[in-house]
Amino acid sequence: MPLEAHIPSGPLSQKWSKHKQDSKLINPANKRKYTVIVVGSGLAGSSAAATLSELGYNVKCFCFQDSPRRAHSIAAQGGINAAKNYQHDGDSTYRLFYDTIKGGDFRAREANVYRLAEVSANIIDQCVAQGVPLAREYGGLLANRSFGGAQVSRTFYARGQTGQQLLLGAYSALNKEIARGGVKMFPRTEMLDLVLVDGQAKGIIVRDLVTGKISSHAGDTVLLCTGGYGNVFYLSTNAKGCNTTAIWRAHRKGALFANPCYTQIHPTCIPVSGDYQSKLTLMSESLRNDGRVWVPKKKEDCGKPPAQIPEDARDYYLERKYPSYGNLAPRDISSRSAKEACDEGRGVGPGGLGVYLDFADAILRYGHDQAADKNLSEAELRKLGKAVVAEKYGNLFDMYECITGENGYEQPMRIYPAVHYTMGGLWVDYNLMSNVPGLHVLGEANFSDHGANRLGASALMQGLADGYFVIPTTIANYLATQKPGSIKADHPAFKQAEAEVNARTKRFIDIKGKRTVDSYHRELGLLMWNECGMARSRDGLQKAIDRLPALREDFWNNVRVPGSGADFNQELEKAGRVADFLEFGELMCRDALQREESCGGHFRVEHQYTKEDEAAKRGQAGEALRDDTNFSYVAAWEFTGDVSNPKLHKEPLAYEEVHLAVRSYV
Amino acid sequence: MASNLNLKLKIWRQPSTNAKGTFQDVEATDIPETASFLEMLDIVNQRIIDSGGDPVAFDHDCREGICGTCSMVINGIPHGPRRGTTACQLHMRLFKNGDTIWIEPFRAKAFPVIKDLAVDRSAFDRIMVAGGFISVRTGSAQDANSLPISKEDADSAMDAAECIGCGACVATCKNASAMLFVSAKAGQLNSLPQGQPEKHRRVLGMVKAMDESGFGNCTNQYECEAACPKGISVRWIAKLNRDYALATVHESLLAPANGKGGGAA
Ligand SMILES: Cc1cc2nc3c(=O)[nH]c(=O)nc-3n(C[C@H](O)[C@H](O)[C@H](O)COP(=O)(O)OP(=O)(O)OC[C@H]3O[C@@H](n4cnc5c(N)ncnc54)[C@H](O)[C@@H]3O)c2cc1C
Ligand code: SF4
Ligand code: FES
Repeated sequence: MPLEAHIPSGPLSQKWSKHKQDSKLINPANKRKYTVIVVGSGLAGSSAAATLSELGYNVKCFCFQDSPRRAHSIAAQGGINAAKNYQHDGDSTYRLFYDTIKGGDFRAREANVYRLAEVSANIIDQCVAQGVPLAREYGGLLANRSFGGAQVSRTFYARGQTGQQLLLGAYSALNKEIARGGVKMFPRTEMLDLVLVDGQAKGIIVRDLVTGKISSHAGDTVLLCTGGYGNVFYLSTNAKGCNTTAIWRAHRKGALFANPCYTQIHPTCIPVSGDYQSKLTLMSESLRNDGRVWVPKKKEDCGKPPAQIPEDARDYYLERKYPSYGNLAPRDISSRSAKEACDEGRGVGPGGLGVYLDFADAILRYGHDQAADKNLSEAELRKLGKAVVAEKYGNLFDMYECITGENGYEQPMRIYPAVHYTMGGLWVDYNLMSNVPGLHVLGEANFSDHGANRLGASALMQGLADGYFVIPTTIANYLATQKPGSIKADHPAFKQAEAEVNARTKRFIDIKGKRTVDSYHRELGLLMWNECGMARSRDGLQKAIDRLPALREDFWNNVRVPGSGADFNQELEKAGRVADFLEFGELMCRDALQREESCGGHFRVEHQYTKEDEAAKRGQAGEALRDDTNFSYVAAWEFTGDVSNPKLHKEPLAYEEVHLAVRSYV
Repeated sequence: MASNLNLKLKIWRQPSTNAKGTFQDVEATDIPETASFLEMLDIVNQRIIDSGGDPVAFDHDCREGICGTCSMVINGIPHGPRRGTTACQLHMRLFKNGDTIWIEPFRAKAFPVIKDLAVDRSAFDRIMVAGGFISVRTGSAQDANSLPISKEDADSAMDAAECIGCGACVATCKNASAMLFVSAKAGQLNSLPQGQPEKHRRVLGMVKAMDESGFGNCTNQYECEAACPKGISVRWIAKLNRDYALATVHESLLAPANGKGGGAA
């Protein structure tokens, strides 16, 4: 199967303009004859559905939440990048492009990333016009903050709830089109299968989550905007409902799954407190702008209250190891450093799985700033400084206190890395179309822009870039080849897919076994975290690959799903998602196993720089050792009918513009 | 050190919208006080399933207080006793060993129960469709900094924009009025220069949709502000009332030119 990415020719900076010129157009009178099915109402789905409807297409949009406004994008805290250079600090499209390519450890497609950087500025314009209340300075202009992996200040934000505000903006655009009749919205409706007719994506099978009714929706093209699969780990910062079902079902129908092993572990999350834990809470990494990360130098100090550990007994390890980025080192590097410190026995808090994030210095520093040259006591300075910190991060401190019962102003917070984002996803070409004609994939659900590691504040950017600016142009390249409305939901392919979905539902209910769905999900999650988490080894991955078929078999014989398929049944919803995760997990491990290198979020213990490398100035000991000669490709997996025997296809990554370099943040 | 709690739960069980509901007694033993309220319900549900029962249905998703999905009344208060937090952010350390906890769905005519604690809040979406937007086509926006907006105005719009659409304001109001929600949503856009052109239309449309959805009238009880997990202020209600009066006047002045068939609706 040739993997044709359809990257336009010409210089990097001209590719998108050229592609827009070369893309097909559909005349306005014909657009409304085309039905576009959009699965997902997060940033990617809402923005796509709204914009395609504005253009005149007839759109049907689906989400499993009770309202499109509740898609998981709502939870993003920190911000969204855009190359506006409003701070006049040297930012540019090229610099955002380069930071993103480098941040992704040179495992992303150049042309896609450049386009992302190029449209980033339009996103901010669009959102502000919609009434999104991004933070402003006193002069009335937009404010920016810095984020990990960048030395310019290009992140736009709305208090600690950038995701909610951007999503509400996209949701308002969606509402405008629902009001106009261009979009029909189906909330509490879950896609359970993709329908192909003559090898092209022509519709979906859905379950009404309230009544349990299974039905078919036919369209001229299908857009999957269904988010990431981080919940394969059970514990993650994702919302509970996040799942891989839509893209996994599409994969089973022929769509290639690219780079499934690229997952991102976020460095600043609240540590696990017990085995009942249902999810992990992230605190925006914007905290690392002002917070200093440390652990005690000596193991013996770990049990002491932090205030009793003197300055010279503390190891501010990020500042020590990465002096120019310090606490703003990229996520994968910061996460791994925390794990290393804890593995050395220097972790703090219950179970030794935590590091400190300390605001004491920032509070004093801001106190001094506020006090100007007045002579104030330290307590007074602290009070002034605390107000500044509260203004910037107050909601995060509140959240921390609410969960842990501890006050982050008075004592350092404890943080630990947690699964946060998945860079892998369905393979797409430059038009965001998968190898299955008619199946488009947007947002976190595709693999396209972040390589092996995503920089902070760039997922919101990508979701909105895909939905507002890319797909509205590229979709016509497919639709123009199709006769509109040619396939109806009474086509036999739909009947057959419906029958399969019904049979699967019945099977879940009929097992009547002994274990709950959650118990399987937890077991899967722990296995994935241990063997395919922050550090991966050949033996560990093999162990997981050996265990997973047996776990699946046990699930299918012994799971208990109470109730019936014919009503509101949350256990049944979870069962379907966990069944898919149990299959998907194995693909992830196989991908991690074949990638005999370390890059970005994928860290193979066998592939790291050694002390000798460090001495020879090849790289820092313990850092990820990439192998560009052998692994500079996208791994795109084909489903062969046997979960344990997927077929690997490779899309070579050609770099025309950037020079592959060791990713150094020293 | 953290300890465990034994609690008596009284949980509303209702199989479907039209079925009759009752409170069920459930013993929740050995609940870690570091668990969240929803994790406590998870533990209870796992035990119910293990013993062959039907688990308690409740809506939730983000479990960090931002999606607005979780919706339950705990000991008579929507989202429970801790001010400024959603049910999912409530932690068991707030309760004492031996406590009895009443858990019910949000109750309002406009929020029919789907099952147990899960309710249908689609009326909120209908209100938003009726005007909760600024009509700007993708790609037609000017440079974001070409329209300076004072920090005070932007912050004020942001205060309103914090609303997570949970519906606690409705659930706590004895009239089941949606005024706090609607006023926050309309108020955010009406406070910004971008929102001015459609201001009157927006207010009239949203208020009409609210009335048609079966929400009650606001009689200025102001329980809503206390129940709101995001601390949305009742001053938005005052603003909405003003904006509504203005919009009505504006509409009446336009009315003659705007009669049936005029196409300006
Ligand atoms: C806690 C947290 C904080 C974050 N902070 C930031 C940040 O500061 N900056 C940043 O850039 N990124 C951040 N991210 C990442 C970013 O939020 C996400 O990557 C992004 O929002 C994903 O958007 P999306 O539209 O692709 O998917 P989502 O928003 O996840 O939407 C998925 C949609 O698909 C629907 N769906 C899924 N499966 C089905 C199905 N089978 N049937 C029907 N519908 C389905 C859902 O209902 C939902 O509507 C954060 C992520 C987390 C978890
Ligand atoms: S105003 Fe407050 S209580 Fe009402 S929906 Fe919004 S956040 Fe919830
Ligand atoms: S579950 Fe999202 S606010 Fe409670």
